[in-house]
Amino acid sequence: MPVKTTTTKMVSTREAYGETLLELGNAHEEIVVLDADLSKSTTTAKFGKKFPNRFFNMGIAEANMMNTAAGLATCGKVPFVSTFSIFASGRAWEQVRNTVCHSGLNVKIVATHGGVAVGADGCSHQCIEDFALMRAIPTMTVMAPCDAVETKKAVTAAYHHKGPVYIRLGRAAVPILTEEQDSFSIGKALIMREGGDVAIIACEIMVAEALKAAEMLSAKGVEASVVNLHTLKPIDRETITMVAKETGAVVTAEQHVLDGGMGSAVAMVLAKESPVPMEMIGIDNRFGQSGEPATLFKEYRLTADDIAAAALNAYNRK
Amino acid sequence: MKRPSIELLEDKAKQTRRHIIRMLGKAGSGHPGGSLSAIDLIVALYYGKLRHDPQNPAWPDRDRFVLSKGHSCPALYAVLAETGYFPVSELDTLRQFGTRLQGHPDCHLTPGIEISSGSLGQGLSVGLGMALAAKIDKKDYRVYVMLGDGEIEEGQIWEAAMAASHYGLDNLCAIIDNNGLQIDGPINQVMSPLPIPDKWLAFGWNVIQINGHDMKKILQAYDEAETLKGKPTVIIAKTIKGKGVSFMEGDADWHGKAPNKEQTEAALVELA
Ligand SMILES: Cc1ncc(C[n+]2csc(CCOP(=O)(O)OP(=O)(O)O)c2C)c(N)n1
Ligand SMILES: [Mg+2]
Repeated sequence: MPVKTTTTKMVSTREAYGETLLELGNAHEEIVVLDADLSKSTTTAKFGKKFPNRFFNMGIAEANMMNTAAGLATCGKVPFVSTFSIFASGRAWEQVRNTVCHSGLNVKIVATHGGVAVGADGCSHQCIEDFALMRAIPTMTVMAPCDAVETKKAVTAAYHHKGPVYIRLGRAAVPILTEEQDSFSIGKALIMREGGDVAIIACEIMVAEALKAAEMLSAKGVEASVVNLHTLKPIDRETITMVAKETGAVVTAEQHVLDGGMGSAVAMVLAKESPVPMEMIGIDNRFGQSGEPATLFKEYRLTADDIAAAALNAYNRK
Repeated sequence: MKRPSIELLEDKAKQTRRHIIRMLGKAGSGHPGGSLSAIDLIVALYYGKLRHDPQNPAWPDRDRFVLSKGHSCPALYAVLAETGYFPVSELDTLRQFGTRLQGHPDCHLTPGIEISSGSLGQGLSVGLGMALAAKIDKKDYRVYVMLGDGEIEEGQIWEAAMAASHYGLDNLCAIIDNNGLQIDGPINQVMSPLPIPDKWLAFGWNVIQINGHDMKKILQAYDEAETLKGKPTVIIAKTIKGKGVSFMEGDADWHGKAPNKEQTEAALVELA
């Protein structure tokens, strides 16, 4: 079984976003960027420095920012709107729903600081509900890339896609798992590892945990496929169904509440296409809190160990 | 654009008021009060000020009108139909299944609608984005946004007000339909946004106050707003909710209730 080589290079997905915006901004005049007083954290400040006439700091006023982006989009601009995911998907949810999406506008929401991996800032800043909130809106595209290389592709694909897009990115530096030459298209999952006994479907930084879990399982003689589901919506029914049929047992892993998250989306596909024993790794009806990301991953049962244990459960239920 | 006479504008206002009553009566639901208070302002804008082309609603250089108080869309539908965006006969389909004239504006369906609305508090921010786009592209189109006086209780309005003056958007003009009423009663009793002019002045806007049923004053205000540079302008138009139909005037109960058959007929007699 070919195993993807994992390098030790660590880069945050938000940093990759800032770099990608610079490249896209150079090539495409119609790109404008809006931020809500977090441009250093989201890294859009780089774009602001290079293209001051196409960068708008909208202050601490996220609802207004979202609809300003909508207005810009009606005039042919391609706005990238950034703030922390809790504010982009939470504070401005109804603006996204009623004005951006219902009007079918070409607004790209790139939200950083997703999940409990935010760490010390604690609950108020750890968005663990954005997948559910954004998936629920008709016509929305939702992505959560796993590393810096994939982020660049996701952000570029978002630019080329016509219509609203939400991308969740992270705060912390994370390992590079994918390669430049790996193909990327919205809605097409990437198979990171092949194994016939169980399939682990993960997104965002949980892909790294899933790959570690697969190594642990392999040591026990259980071979796992790892699917990087970078697009939550539209969901890749084909790949999900294929790996479920091939392995007969599925585990999902996400840094998100279990309700309405990526696992639910996968379950929705499999309930119809190929019901198999399934386990879900995610946050079970709790809020986040301050702590080191690694500590929090243990507390909320999001580690590779947790995934491996869940995979064995699913495997044993076959 | 050759500006029509005040008499013609007043005729159009009366005609579109009749459309509003007729379509709401037929639909059996909808919002007469705020449609009738806003109609003079909308007629004056579309016939006397706005650069627009009903044959080409997507004309990139058109002036934009955003009806942020989307519940008053019967007024806008009537004007869009009369100016040629779609057949007047289509007004009869308001709020029916399959119609292009939804209960609140839907920009996918209705020619001439710039943005979907209905959720109050969002339109000024959209207009702000349009005005920013004009500045980036060095285009001279203007953006008009109509707000309700209850609507300005929404916090997002003040976020947008702050941002518009911060970016010096003199191509943006807000029009407040100051009819003094919202759903649950008078604005100063429900949640007072008073004093309205002082608040906009404090947020860095030019403020023009007019009688929103006086065509001459309305046109003057639109003209004056265009000449004021460096800041956005708000026109605070004193209006009467339900204006033109005696039994609806000044009564909050006619905010969101359609006239029945007899009431429709009585109203049409008054508007004859
Ligand atoms: C965000 C939001 N909250 C509540 C409503 C329900 N609503 C519809 S109209 C209205 C009152 C609006 O009053 P005003 O802005 O004064 O409008 P007008 O008097 O011109 O009709 C309310 C509360 C809504 N459409 N949107
Ligand atoms: Mg009112």
